[in-house]
Amino acid sequence: MLRPLRPLMRHPWTLGVAGIALVFGIWALLAGLQLVDKLFLPTPAAVLAAGQESAANGELWSDITASLLRVLAGFGLSALVALPLGIAMGANASFCRLLEPLLALLRYMPAPAFIPLLIIYFGLGELPKVLLIFIGTLFFNTLMIMDAVKFVPRELLETALTLGGKKRDLLLRVIAPFIAPQVLDAFRINMAAAWNLVIVAELVAADSGLGKRITLAQRFLRTDQIFLGLIVIGLIGLVIDLSFRLLMRRACSWAN
Amino acid sequence: MNLVLDAVCKRFGDGKQAQLVLDRISLAMHTGQFLALLGSSGSGKSTLMRLVAGLEQPSSGSISLDGQPIRGPGSDRGMVFQKYSLYPWLTAAQNVAFGMELQGLERAEIRERTGFYLEVVGLAESARRLPRELSGGMQQRVAIARALAADPRVLLLDEPFGALDLQIRESMQEFLFGLWRRTGLSVLLITHDIDEALLLAQQVHILAPRPGRIVESLTVELNKDNLQDLRLSPAFQSLRHRVADTLRQLDGELA
Repeated sequence: MLRPLRPLMRHPWTLGVAGIALVFGIWALLAGLQLVDKLFLPTPAAVLAAGQESAANGELWSDITASLLRVLAGFGLSALVALPLGIAMGANASFCRLLEPLLALLRYMPAPAFIPLLIIYFGLGELPKVLLIFIGTLFFNTLMIMDAVKFVPRELLETALTLGGKKRDLLLRVIAPFIAPQVLDAFRINMAAAWNLVIVAELVAADSGLGKRITLAQRFLRTDQIFLGLIVIGLIGLVIDLSFRLLMRRACSWAN
Repeated sequence: MNLVLDAVCKRFGDGKQAQLVLDRISLAMHTGQFLALLGSSGSGKSTLMRLVAGLEQPSSGSISLDGQPIRGPGSDRGMVFQKYSLYPWLTAAQNVAFGMELQGLERAEIRERTGFYLEVVGLAESARRLPRELSGGMQQRVAIARALAADPRVLLLDEPFGALDLQIRESMQEFLFGLWRRTGLSVLLITHDIDEALLLAQQVHILAPRPGRIVESLTVELNKDNLQDLRLSPAFQSLRHRVADTLRQLDGELA
Protein backbone atom coordinates (compact mmCIF):
# COMPACT_ATOMS: atom_id res chain seq x y z
CA MET A 1 0.00 0.00 0.00
CA LEU A 2 2.85 2.34 0.79
CA ARG A 3 4.80 1.40 -2.30
CA PRO A 4 3.70 4.37 -4.47
CA LEU A 5 4.82 6.69 -1.67
CA ARG A 6 8.35 5.42 -1.61
CA PRO A 7 9.89 7.91 -4.06
CA LEU A 8 8.18 10.65 -2.07
CA MET A 9 9.66 9.34 1.18
CA ARG A 10 13.12 9.38 -0.34
CA HIS A 11 12.81 12.96 -1.53
CA PRO A 12 15.29 15.08 0.47
CA TRP A 13 12.60 17.61 1.40
CA THR A 14 10.04 15.15 2.74
CA LEU A 15 11.38 14.96 6.28
CA GLY A 16 11.95 18.70 6.53
CA VAL A 17 8.40 19.47 5.45
CA ALA A 18 7.15 16.81 7.88
CA GLY A 19 9.04 18.49 10.73
CA ILE A 20 7.42 21.84 10.02
CA ALA A 21 4.00 20.22 9.56
CA LEU A 22 4.36 18.48 12.91
CA VAL A 23 4.89 21.74 14.80
CA PHE A 24 1.97 23.37 12.99
CA GLY A 25 -0.14 20.30 13.81
CA ILE A 26 0.64 20.55 17.52
CA TRP A 27 -0.12 24.26 17.40
CA ALA A 28 -3.47 23.66 15.68
CA LEU A 29 -4.30 20.93 18.17
CA LEU A 30 -3.43 23.00 21.25
CA ALA A 31 -5.30 26.02 19.96
CA GLY A 32 -8.23 24.00 18.59
CA LEU A 33 -8.82 22.15 21.85
CA GLN A 34 -8.59 25.52 23.64
CA LEU A 35 -6.07 24.09 26.08
CA VAL A 36 -4.43 27.51 26.12
CA ASP A 37 -6.24 30.82 26.34
CA LYS A 38 -6.67 32.04 22.77
CA LEU A 39 -5.45 35.44 23.79
CA PHE A 40 -2.02 33.81 24.22
CA LEU A 41 -2.26 31.21 21.49
CA PRO A 42 -4.38 32.19 18.50
CA THR A 43 -5.66 29.46 16.19
CA PRO A 44 -4.00 29.01 12.78
CA ALA A 45 -7.30 30.15 11.28
CA ALA A 46 -7.17 33.40 13.25
CA VAL A 47 -3.61 34.04 12.09
CA LEU A 48 -4.63 33.32 8.51
CA ALA A 49 -7.52 35.74 8.86
CA ALA A 50 -5.17 38.38 10.25
CA GLY A 51 -2.97 37.76 7.24
CA GLN A 52 -5.85 38.16 4.78
CA GLU A 53 -6.96 41.35 6.48
CA SER A 54 -3.46 42.77 6.48
CA ALA A 55 -2.89 41.79 2.84
CA ALA A 56 -6.24 43.30 1.81
CA ASN A 57 -5.63 46.69 3.40
CA GLY A 58 -2.07 46.76 2.03
CA GLU A 59 -0.28 46.92 5.37
CA LEU A 60 1.40 43.55 4.88
CA TRP A 61 3.00 44.61 1.60
CA SER A 62 4.10 48.03 2.79
CA ASP A 63 5.61 46.47 5.94
CA ILE A 64 7.46 43.81 3.94
CA THR A 65 8.74 46.42 1.48
CA ALA A 66 9.90 48.75 4.25
CA SER A 67 11.82 46.00 6.08
CA LEU A 68 13.27 44.51 2.90
CA LEU A 69 14.51 47.85 1.61
CA ARG A 70 16.30 48.50 4.90
CA VAL A 71 17.94 45.11 4.77
CA LEU A 72 18.97 45.54 1.14
CA ALA A 73 20.40 49.00 1.77
CA GLY A 74 22.25 48.07 4.96
CA PHE A 75 23.51 44.73 3.74
CA GLY A 76 24.32 46.03 0.28
CA LEU A 77 26.46 48.74 1.82
CA SER A 78 28.12 46.22 4.10
CA ALA A 79 28.91 43.89 1.20
CA LEU A 80 30.24 46.77 -0.86
CA VAL A 81 32.71 47.74 1.88
CA ALA A 82 33.49 44.19 3.06
CA LEU A 83 34.51 42.90 -0.37
CA PRO A 84 37.49 45.19 -1.02
CA LEU A 85 38.38 45.32 2.68
CA GLY A 86 38.29 41.54 3.14
CA ILE A 87 40.22 40.92 -0.06
CA ALA A 88 42.86 43.48 0.89
CA MET A 89 43.22 41.95 4.35
CA GLY A 90 43.42 38.43 2.95
CA ALA A 91 45.99 39.37 0.34
CA ASN A 92 48.21 41.69 2.36
CA ALA A 93 49.71 40.53 5.66
CA SER A 94 50.52 44.01 7.01
CA PHE A 95 47.05 45.29 6.26
CA CYS A 96 45.63 42.23 8.00
CA ARG A 97 47.80 42.73 11.09
CA LEU A 98 46.70 46.36 11.20
CA LEU A 99 42.96 45.71 11.08
CA GLU A 100 42.28 42.20 12.35
CA PRO A 101 42.50 42.99 16.12
CA LEU A 102 40.27 46.02 15.62
CA LEU A 103 37.66 44.01 13.72
CA ALA A 104 37.83 41.18 16.25
CA LEU A 105 37.10 43.70 18.98
CA LEU A 106 34.27 45.41 17.12
CA ARG A 107 32.75 42.09 16.20
CA TYR A 108 32.14 41.30 19.87
CA MET A 109 30.23 44.52 20.45
CA PRO A 110 26.60 43.58 19.92
CA ALA A 111 25.19 45.68 17.11
CA PRO A 112 21.93 46.48 18.97
CA ALA A 113 24.06 48.16 21.66
CA PHE A 114 24.86 50.80 19.03
CA ILE A 115 21.20 51.78 18.70
CA PRO A 116 21.25 54.53 21.37
CA LEU A 117 24.29 56.12 19.76
CA LEU A 118 22.80 55.82 16.28
CA ILE A 119 19.61 57.50 17.48
CA ILE A 120 21.56 60.32 19.13
CA TYR A 121 23.63 60.83 15.98
CA PHE A 122 21.06 60.30 13.27
CA GLY A 123 17.62 60.54 14.85
CA LEU A 124 14.79 58.14 14.11
CA GLY A 125 14.79 58.08 10.30
CA GLU A 126 15.98 55.44 7.86
CA LEU A 127 19.70 56.14 8.18
CA PRO A 128 20.22 54.75 11.72
CA LYS A 129 18.37 51.53 10.78
CA VAL A 130 20.43 51.05 7.65
CA LEU A 131 23.60 51.80 9.60
CA LEU A 132 22.67 49.31 12.31
CA ILE A 133 22.49 46.56 9.70
CA PHE A 134 25.70 47.83 8.15
CA ILE A 135 27.56 47.73 11.49
CA GLY A 136 26.06 44.40 12.47
CA THR A 137 27.16 42.59 9.31
CA LEU A 138 30.28 44.44 8.13
CA PHE A 139 32.77 42.76 10.44
CA PHE A 140 31.49 39.25 9.89
CA ASN A 141 31.38 39.74 6.12
CA THR A 142 34.88 41.19 6.09
CA LEU A 143 36.46 38.49 8.25
CA MET A 144 34.81 35.67 6.31
CA ILE A 145 35.95 37.12 2.98
CA MET A 146 39.44 37.61 4.39
CA ASP A 147 39.57 33.96 5.38
CA ALA A 148 38.40 32.85 1.94
CA VAL A 149 41.19 34.86 0.33
CA LYS A 150 43.80 33.47 2.72
CA PHE A 151 42.89 29.96 1.64
CA VAL A 152 43.44 30.55 -2.06
CA PRO A 153 46.11 27.87 -2.75
CA ARG A 154 49.50 29.42 -3.35
CA GLU A 155 49.97 27.16 -6.37
CA LEU A 156 46.99 28.72 -8.14
CA LEU A 157 48.47 32.20 -7.75
CA GLU A 158 51.99 31.16 -8.68
CA THR A 159 50.81 29.16 -11.67
CA ALA A 160 49.19 32.30 -13.08
CA LEU A 161 52.49 34.16 -12.64
CA THR A 162 54.51 31.44 -14.38
CA LEU A 163 52.01 31.46 -17.25
CA GLY A 164 52.74 35.08 -17.97
CA GLY A 165 50.18 36.69 -15.66
CA LYS A 166 50.96 39.92 -13.86
CA LYS A 167 50.12 40.67 -10.25
CA ARG A 168 47.11 42.70 -11.29
CA ASP A 169 45.70 39.64 -13.11
CA LEU A 170 45.57 37.64 -9.90
CA LEU A 171 42.61 39.44 -8.35
CA LEU A 172 40.18 39.06 -11.23
CA ARG A 173 41.43 35.86 -12.79
CA VAL A 174 42.30 33.77 -9.72
CA ILE A 175 41.19 35.22 -6.38
CA ALA A 176 37.71 36.40 -7.38
CA PRO A 177 36.53 33.18 -9.02
CA PHE A 178 38.09 31.07 -6.27
CA ILE A 179 36.41 32.88 -3.39
CA ALA A 180 33.05 33.43 -5.13
CA PRO A 181 31.30 30.42 -3.57
CA GLN A 182 32.59 31.20 -0.07
CA VAL A 183 31.60 34.84 -0.43
CA LEU A 184 28.08 33.86 -1.47
CA ASP A 185 27.90 31.50 1.48
CA ALA A 186 29.14 34.19 3.87
CA PHE A 187 26.49 36.56 2.52
CA ARG A 188 23.82 33.90 2.94
CA ILE A 189 24.76 33.31 6.57
CA ASN A 190 25.17 36.99 7.47
CA MET A 191 21.95 37.89 5.73
CA ALA A 192 20.20 36.16 8.63
CA ALA A 193 21.87 38.61 11.02
CA ALA A 194 20.77 41.54 8.83
CA TRP A 195 17.22 40.28 8.91
CA ASN A 196 17.37 39.98 12.70
CA LEU A 197 18.74 43.48 13.07
CA VAL A 198 16.10 45.16 10.93
CA ILE A 199 13.41 43.75 13.20
CA VAL A 200 15.32 44.89 16.29
CA ALA A 201 15.65 48.39 14.82
CA GLU A 202 11.95 48.51 14.04
CA LEU A 203 11.01 47.25 17.49
CA VAL A 204 12.89 50.19 18.99
CA ALA A 205 11.77 52.99 16.72
CA ALA A 206 9.98 52.94 13.40
CA ASP A 207 6.71 53.87 11.77
CA SER A 208 6.69 51.02 9.27
CA GLY A 209 8.06 47.51 8.85
CA LEU A 210 7.34 44.04 10.16
CA GLY A 211 9.03 44.74 13.50
CA LYS A 212 6.92 47.84 13.96
CA ARG A 213 3.77 45.81 13.21
CA ILE A 214 4.66 43.35 15.95
CA THR A 215 5.17 46.07 18.59
CA LEU A 216 1.88 47.66 17.63
CA ALA A 217 0.13 44.30 17.89
CA GLN A 218 1.57 43.84 21.36
CA ARG A 219 0.01 47.11 22.47
CA PHE A 220 -3.43 45.84 21.45
CA LEU A 221 -2.87 42.26 22.60
CA ARG A 222 -3.29 41.07 18.99
CA THR A 223 -1.29 37.84 19.30
CA ASP A 224 -2.70 36.71 15.94
CA GLN A 225 -0.89 39.63 14.30
CA ILE A 226 2.29 38.86 16.24
CA PHE A 227 2.17 35.28 15.02
CA LEU A 228 1.55 36.51 11.50
CA GLY A 229 4.55 38.85 11.72
CA LEU A 230 6.82 36.10 13.01
CA ILE A 231 5.76 33.64 10.32
CA VAL A 232 6.17 36.19 7.54
CA ILE A 233 9.65 37.13 8.83
CA GLY A 234 10.61 33.45 8.91
CA LEU A 235 9.27 32.80 5.42
CA ILE A 236 11.08 35.75 3.88
CA GLY A 237 14.31 34.64 5.56
CA LEU A 238 13.83 31.18 4.15
CA VAL A 239 13.24 32.54 0.66
CA ILE A 240 16.40 34.65 0.88
CA ASP A 241 18.40 31.65 2.08
CA LEU A 242 17.11 29.45 -0.73
CA SER A 243 17.79 32.16 -3.30
CA PHE A 244 21.42 32.34 -2.22
CA ARG A 245 21.71 28.56 -2.42
CA LEU A 246 20.18 28.57 -5.88
CA LEU A 247 22.47 31.37 -7.02
CA MET A 248 25.46 29.46 -5.70
CA ARG A 249 24.43 26.26 -7.45
CA ARG A 250 23.97 28.16 -10.70
CA ALA A 251 27.00 30.42 -10.57
CA CYS A 252 29.53 28.15 -8.86
CA SER A 253 28.55 24.66 -9.92
CA TRP A 254 32.22 23.65 -9.81
CA ALA A 255 32.27 24.01 -6.02
CA ASN A 256 29.39 21.67 -5.26
CA MET B 1 67.92 28.08 -24.50
CA ASN B 2 70.68 28.33 -21.96
CA LEU B 3 69.87 28.14 -18.30
CA VAL B 4 72.82 28.88 -16.02
CA LEU B 5 72.94 28.80 -12.25
CA ASP B 6 76.13 30.20 -10.80
CA ALA B 7 76.98 29.66 -7.11
CA VAL B 8 73.38 30.13 -6.05
CA CYS B 9 72.82 30.33 -2.27
CA LYS B 10 69.52 30.70 -0.51
CA ARG B 11 69.06 31.61 3.14
CA PHE B 12 65.79 31.86 5.00
CA GLY B 13 65.46 34.05 8.08
CA ASP B 14 67.76 36.74 9.44
CA GLY B 15 70.62 37.00 11.90
CA LYS B 16 71.24 34.02 14.15
CA GLN B 17 68.14 32.24 12.99
CA ALA B 18 69.26 32.38 9.37
CA GLN B 19 69.26 28.97 7.79
CA LEU B 20 71.22 28.08 4.71
CA VAL B 21 68.92 26.06 2.46
CA LEU B 22 70.95 26.00 -0.74
CA ASP B 23 74.73 26.13 -0.81
CA ARG B 24 76.55 27.30 -3.96
CA ILE B 25 74.47 25.49 -6.58
CA SER B 26 75.98 25.73 -10.03
CA LEU B 27 74.63 24.01 -13.10
CA ALA B 28 73.89 24.64 -16.73
CA MET B 29 71.43 23.24 -19.21
CA HIS B 30 70.75 23.86 -22.86
CA THR B 31 67.99 23.38 -25.40
CA GLY B 32 66.49 19.94 -25.62
CA GLN B 33 68.13 18.65 -22.47
CA PHE B 34 66.30 16.61 -19.86
CA LEU B 35 67.86 17.32 -16.49
CA ALA B 36 66.86 15.92 -13.12
CA LEU B 37 67.61 17.16 -9.61
CA LEU B 38 67.42 14.20 -7.27
CA GLY B 39 67.31 14.59 -3.52
CA SER B 40 65.49 13.57 -0.38
CA SER B 41 63.43 15.95 1.70
CA GLY B 42 65.43 18.83 3.13
CA SER B 43 67.69 19.01 0.10
CA GLY B 44 66.12 22.30 -0.90
CA LYS B 45 65.18 21.00 -4.31
CA SER B 46 61.77 22.68 -4.35
CA THR B 47 63.35 25.94 -3.24
CA LEU B 48 65.83 25.62 -6.10
CA MET B 49 62.95 25.18 -8.54
CA ARG B 50 61.18 28.21 -7.12
CA LEU B 51 64.35 30.25 -7.65
CA VAL B 52 64.55 29.19 -11.28
CA ALA B 53 60.85 29.98 -11.70
CA GLY B 54 61.51 33.43 -10.25
CA LEU B 55 59.05 32.92 -7.38
CA GLU B 56 61.91 33.51 -4.93
CA GLN B 57 65.15 35.45 -5.22
CA PRO B 58 68.57 33.91 -4.45
CA SER B 59 70.46 35.29 -1.45
CA SER B 60 73.62 35.29 -3.52
CA GLY B 61 74.81 33.96 -6.85
CA SER B 62 72.97 34.37 -10.13
CA ILE B 63 70.49 32.61 -12.35
CA SER B 64 70.16 33.54 -15.98
CA LEU B 65 68.19 32.36 -18.97
CA ASP B 66 69.80 33.06 -22.33
CA GLY B 67 72.07 35.59 -20.70
CA GLN B 68 69.23 37.52 -19.04
CA PRO B 69 69.19 37.41 -15.23
CA ILE B 70 65.95 36.06 -13.79
CA ARG B 71 64.12 38.74 -11.81
CA GLY B 72 60.66 37.26 -11.41
CA PRO B 73 58.25 34.67 -12.75
CA GLY B 74 57.53 34.66 -16.46
CA SER B 75 56.03 32.58 -19.20
CA ASP B 76 59.47 31.63 -20.57
CA ARG B 77 59.70 29.14 -17.70
CA GLY B 78 56.60 26.96 -17.49
CA MET B 79 56.04 25.33 -14.13
CA VAL B 80 54.07 22.25 -13.13
CA PHE B 81 53.44 21.81 -9.43
CA GLN B 82 52.89 18.53 -7.60
CA LYS B 83 49.16 19.11 -7.19
CA TYR B 84 46.27 21.54 -6.76
CA SER B 85 47.34 23.71 -9.61
CA LEU B 86 44.42 23.40 -12.03
CA TYR B 87 41.79 26.11 -11.71
CA PRO B 88 38.81 24.15 -10.41
CA TRP B 89 36.22 26.46 -11.98
CA LEU B 90 37.67 26.10 -15.47
CA THR B 91 37.29 23.12 -17.79
CA ALA B 92 40.34 21.25 -19.02
CA ALA B 93 40.34 23.31 -22.22
CA GLN B 94 39.88 26.60 -20.35
CA ASN B 95 42.77 25.66 -18.07
CA VAL B 96 44.99 25.04 -21.08
CA ALA B 97 43.87 28.35 -22.60
CA PHE B 98 44.46 30.27 -19.35
CA GLY B 99 48.09 31.24 -19.93
CA MET B 100 47.49 32.21 -23.54
CA GLU B 101 44.64 34.46 -22.42
CA LEU B 102 46.88 36.11 -19.83
CA GLN B 103 49.38 36.75 -22.59
CA GLY B 104 46.66 38.32 -24.71
CA LEU B 105 46.82 35.98 -27.68
CA GLU B 106 44.11 36.11 -30.32
CA ARG B 107 41.03 33.99 -29.80
CA ALA B 108 41.41 31.89 -32.92
CA GLU B 109 45.00 31.11 -32.03
CA ILE B 110 44.08 30.25 -28.45
CA ARG B 111 41.39 27.85 -29.63
CA GLU B 112 43.69 26.20 -32.12
CA ARG B 113 46.58 25.77 -29.69
CA THR B 114 44.31 24.60 -26.88
CA GLY B 115 43.04 21.83 -29.16
CA PHE B 116 46.54 20.99 -30.25
CA TYR B 117 48.01 20.67 -26.74
CA LEU B 118 45.04 18.73 -25.41
CA GLU B 119 45.67 16.36 -28.31
CA VAL B 120 49.37 16.20 -27.41
CA VAL B 121 48.57 15.04 -23.87
CA GLY B 122 45.84 12.71 -25.13
CA LEU B 123 42.90 14.51 -23.54
CA ALA B 124 41.02 15.93 -26.51
CA GLU B 125 37.91 14.07 -25.41
CA SER B 126 38.01 15.54 -21.91
CA ALA B 127 38.23 19.15 -23.08
CA ARG B 128 34.95 20.18 -21.48
CA ARG B 129 35.36 18.37 -18.19
CA LEU B 130 36.09 20.11 -14.89
CA PRO B 131 39.27 19.16 -13.00
CA ARG B 132 37.29 17.34 -10.30
CA GLU B 133 35.91 15.08 -13.03
CA LEU B 134 39.43 14.07 -14.08
CA SER B 135 41.73 11.50 -12.46
CA GLY B 136 44.96 12.66 -10.81
CA GLY B 137 47.02 11.57 -13.80
CA MET B 138 44.72 13.35 -16.25
CA GLN B 139 44.87 16.50 -14.13
CA GLN B 140 48.66 16.53 -14.29
CA ARG B 141 48.51 16.01 -18.06
CA VAL B 142 46.27 19.07 -18.32
CA ALA B 143 48.75 21.00 -16.15
CA ILE B 144 51.58 19.97 -18.49
CA ALA B 145 49.52 20.93 -21.56
CA ARG B 146 48.77 24.29 -19.97
CA ALA B 147 52.45 24.93 -19.28
CA LEU B 148 53.41 23.91 -22.84
CA ALA B 149 50.68 26.02 -24.42
CA ALA B 150 52.21 29.15 -22.85
CA ASP B 151 55.25 28.41 -25.05
CA PRO B 152 58.00 28.26 -22.42
CA ARG B 153 61.68 27.90 -23.25
CA VAL B 154 62.11 25.43 -20.40
CA LEU B 155 59.60 23.26 -18.57
CA LEU B 156 60.04 23.09 -14.78
CA LEU B 157 58.48 20.02 -13.17
CA ASP B 158 58.33 19.97 -9.36
CA GLU B 159 57.63 16.36 -8.39
CA PRO B 160 54.82 16.32 -10.94
CA PHE B 161 53.86 12.70 -10.30
CA GLY B 162 54.60 12.59 -6.57
CA ALA B 163 50.93 12.55 -5.57
CA LEU B 164 49.95 9.77 -7.97
CA ASP B 165 49.55 6.03 -7.41
CA LEU B 166 52.51 3.90 -8.43
CA GLN B 167 50.83 2.41 -11.51
CA ILE B 168 49.72 5.76 -12.82
CA ARG B 169 53.07 7.29 -11.97
CA GLU B 170 54.84 4.78 -14.20
CA SER B 171 52.55 5.41 -17.13
CA MET B 172 52.90 9.17 -16.63
CA GLN B 173 56.68 8.79 -16.67
CA GLU B 174 56.43 7.03 -19.99
CA PHE B 175 54.07 9.70 -21.25
CA LEU B 176 56.47 12.48 -20.25
CA PHE B 177 59.45 10.70 -21.73
CA GLY B 178 57.62 10.15 -25.02
CA LEU B 179 56.56 13.78 -25.05
CA TRP B 180 60.12 14.94 -24.55
CA ARG B 181 61.42 12.67 -27.33
CA ARG B 182 58.71 13.80 -29.74
CA THR B 183 58.97 17.53 -29.10
CA GLY B 184 62.56 18.26 -28.15
CA LEU B 185 61.46 20.13 -25.02
CA SER B 186 63.92 21.33 -22.42
CA VAL B 187 62.91 19.78 -19.12
CA LEU B 188 64.15 20.40 -15.59
CA LEU B 189 62.65 17.77 -13.29
CA ILE B 190 62.76 17.68 -9.52
CA THR B 191 62.18 14.37 -7.83
CA HIS B 192 63.03 12.18 -4.87
CA ASP B 193 62.27 9.09 -6.96
CA ILE B 194 65.55 7.49 -8.10
CA ASP B 195 63.88 5.45 -10.85
CA GLU B 196 62.15 8.49 -12.22
CA ALA B 197 65.34 10.53 -12.39
CA LEU B 198 67.42 7.77 -14.00
CA LEU B 199 64.73 6.62 -16.42
CA LEU B 200 63.82 10.03 -17.76
CA ALA B 201 66.79 12.35 -17.47
CA GLN B 202 70.00 12.52 -19.49
CA GLN B 203 71.79 14.11 -16.63
CA VAL B 204 71.09 13.74 -12.91
CA HIS B 205 72.37 16.05 -10.20
CA ILE B 206 72.23 14.49 -6.75
CA LEU B 207 71.50 16.91 -3.95
CA ALA B 208 72.64 16.43 -0.36
CA PRO B 209 70.40 17.77 2.38
CA ARG B 210 70.94 20.54 4.95
CA PRO B 211 72.18 22.61 3.33
CA GLY B 212 71.14 21.56 -0.16
CA ARG B 213 74.18 21.13 -2.39
CA ILE B 214 75.11 19.15 -5.46
CA VAL B 215 77.36 16.25 -4.46
CA GLU B 216 77.38 14.26 -7.64
CA SER B 217 76.40 14.78 -11.25
CA LEU B 218 76.03 11.81 -13.50
CA THR B 219 75.22 11.34 -17.14
CA VAL B 220 72.83 8.48 -17.75
CA GLU B 221 73.95 6.47 -20.75
CA LEU B 222 71.37 3.75 -21.13
CA ASN B 223 69.31 2.58 -24.07
CA LYS B 224 65.93 4.19 -23.43
CA ASP B 225 63.95 2.82 -26.35
CA ASN B 226 61.78 0.77 -24.02
CA LEU B 227 61.38 2.09 -20.49
CA GLN B 228 59.54 -1.01 -19.28
CA ASP B 229 62.48 -3.25 -20.25
CA LEU B 230 64.94 -0.70 -18.98
CA ARG B 231 63.41 -0.76 -15.49
CA LEU B 232 64.24 -4.47 -15.25
CA SER B 233 67.63 -4.42 -16.97
CA PRO B 234 70.77 -5.25 -14.89
CA ALA B 235 72.56 -2.10 -16.05
CA PHE B 236 69.72 0.07 -14.77
CA GLN B 237 69.41 -1.88 -11.53
CA SER B 238 73.09 -1.58 -10.69
CA LEU B 239 73.10 2.16 -11.40
CA ARG B 240 69.98 2.45 -9.31
CA HIS B 241 71.62 0.65 -6.39
CA ARG B 242 74.68 2.85 -6.56
CA VAL B 243 72.60 6.03 -6.48
CA ALA B 244 70.44 4.62 -3.68
CA ASP B 245 73.60 3.95 -1.64
CA THR B 246 74.78 7.51 -2.21
CA LEU B 247 71.46 8.93 -1.04
CA ARG B 248 71.39 6.64 1.99
CA GLN B 249 74.87 7.71 3.03
CA LEU B 250 73.90 11.37 2.71
CA ASP B 251 70.91 10.82 4.96
CA GLY B 252 73.02 8.69 7.31
CA GLU B 253 75.51 11.49 7.86
CA LEU B 254 72.74 13.43 9.48
CA ALA B 255 71.38 10.68 11.69
